Amino acid sequence: MVRRYLRAGNLAVCALLVATFLAGQVAIASGWLNPYYQVQLFSMGINVILAVSLNLINGFTGQFSLGHAGFMAVGAYTAAVATTRWGLPFAAAVLLAAAASAVMGLLVGVPTLRLRGDYLAIATLGFGEILRSILYNVDYVGGATGLLGIPRLTTWPWLFALTVVTVLAVKNLVNSTRGLALKAVRDDEIAAEDAGVDTTRTKVLAFVLGAVFAGIGGALYAHYFFVIQPTTFSFLKSFEILVYVVLGGLGSITGSVVSATALTLLSAALQQLAALRMVLYGLVLVLLMIFRTGGLFGTWELSFEAIGQAWAWLFHRRPPAGDRAPLTAAASSPGSATLPDLPEVTRDGAPQDR
Amino acid sequence: MLLELEEVHVSYGPIAALRGISLTVEEGEIVTLIGANGAGKSTTLNTVSGLLHPRSGRIRFRGAEIQRLSPQEVVARGITQVPEGRRVFAEMSVEENLLLGAYQRRDGAGVQRDLAAVYERFPVLYERRRQSAGTLSGGEQQMLAIGRALMARPTLLLMDEPSMGLSPILVQQVFEIIRQINAQGTTILLVEQNAHMALKVAHRGYVLETGRIALEGAAAELTASEQVRSAYLGGA
Repeated sequence: MVRRYLRAGNLAVCALLVATFLAGQVAIASGWLNPYYQVQLFSMGINVILAVSLNLINGFTGQFSLGHAGFMAVGAYTAAVATTRWGLPFAAAVLLAAAASAVMGLLVGVPTLRLRGDYLAIATLGFGEILRSILYNVDYVGGATGLLGIPRLTTWPWLFALTVVTVLAVKNLVNSTRGLALKAVRDDEIAAEDAGVDTTRTKVLAFVLGAVFAGIGGALYAHYFFVIQPTTFSFLKSFEILVYVVLGGLGSITGSVVSATALTLLSAALQQLAALRMVLYGLVLVLLMIFRTGGLFGTWELSFEAIGQAWAWLFHRRPPAGDRAPLTAAASSPGSATLPDLPEVTRDGAPQDR
Repeated sequence: MLLELEEVHVSYGPIAALRGISLTVEEGEIVTLIGANGAGKSTTLNTVSGLLHPRSGRIRFRGAEIQRLSPQEVVARGITQVPEGRRVFAEMSVEENLLLGAYQRRDGAGVQRDLAAVYERFPVLYERRRQSAGTLSGGEQQMLAIGRALMARPTLLLMDEPSMGLSPILVQQVFEIIRQINAQGTTILLVEQNAHMALKVAHRGYVLETGRIALEGAAAELTASEQVRSAYLGGA
């Protein structure tokens, strides 16, 4: 077992993570990264958490949720109340935020996920708006003014660690046997039932886990930006997160990370034209739907295998493995002779992996 | 007796789909349900597999009643369905489709052995194992749907219209595969529109008409029966 975790690939990933962390730490502590860029960096991390967790629900499990900002709000308000009103330490606040989002995820998910179809989209949309109205009207959490003066407890180590945890947790889940069940539910719920998958439980699991990470993202958000208001978590926020996911590719963690990062920077660059920002978002999406229906990355993931293939393509002039899951066409075996009418859809030349 | 349906009634809302179906499947048999569209063939299979639940009546598998179980519990008891229209997981690779078929199994080594066996049975699936299932041809998808069901290592395999939409040569192959799977010890309950082929491969058959069993008997008897010949075998 231990040796499995000591593979070269995992060690390289760890080294890369440590290096990134140290680079960030030094850049912030030395003041080389000015406060403006620090804000962008923290926004990126939080948006990556939100995008990857929504991708688990929308991309991998195929359940169309429009309420991610709602779960973010649950986490943000819970954590903020925990630190400002109850005087709890930040770690406890983050845990409470995660738990509250999980409970809310169950409350929304259990009744709606039993059904097939688009009920979830409507229910989550309603959930987000109802939650916002409640927050408006509860004085304990500041009503329309929101909660002010939240201490800035989201430090670089917290942000980095929780972003990495989110990405790794989703990646490991998606690559596990249960991850197969998620994708099976996405592709065909009835066939998944026939294969013995408890589809309702599978959907609820993905939904609640997605909600938990959204809540954690919200907790980080509240403790970085000092102020949270009901309007922060409007439908537009959910839409923004959805854009990250769709742009990056439903079913690609790499895509979510890249597009959340890139769009955070883009939106910062467009800060002067705040109104135009959503127009540009819309335009980007329309163009994407025309030219790359599966999102920028489709379901492709960055991995050492993929890097190896790109390397082989660049330096050995071998054709790339295609833009979806790597296709490897073995040489025709005698078996193919038994099926006379096969279309030739395989592409050749990709190095055999694994 | 492996499977026994006793006076099973199923309705979709106010509409009765099955009006008292009783049938049996013995261990080792291929039993086919034939009949026109809407006769209740698929409804019968979906009721056995737990996708539907009967309004009244009993379904026994190895003596235990299963009519109230969920599809997952039915799979756990050893009944797997090859759904109508194949329904492969289009965005998943061929291999992922097969591994999902073994979703409830916890014997990793056994799963790997069965995966190898499926690849041996369907070499084309091995060739295309990294390809997404949606890119397969209709015939290949049917092989995959069958392979996926076999990965659960079922005692009883329910097959819903496996020949649907396939070319005549592929239909022949599918029925040959059904025969082989049965010869290797899996009991099969087969729903088919293609009554001619189904009766050739089956031991026994039931003819369904508007939710009732109109006729039953050994496959050879049914093939010879005037009623079946005129209604389902093109009157030849």
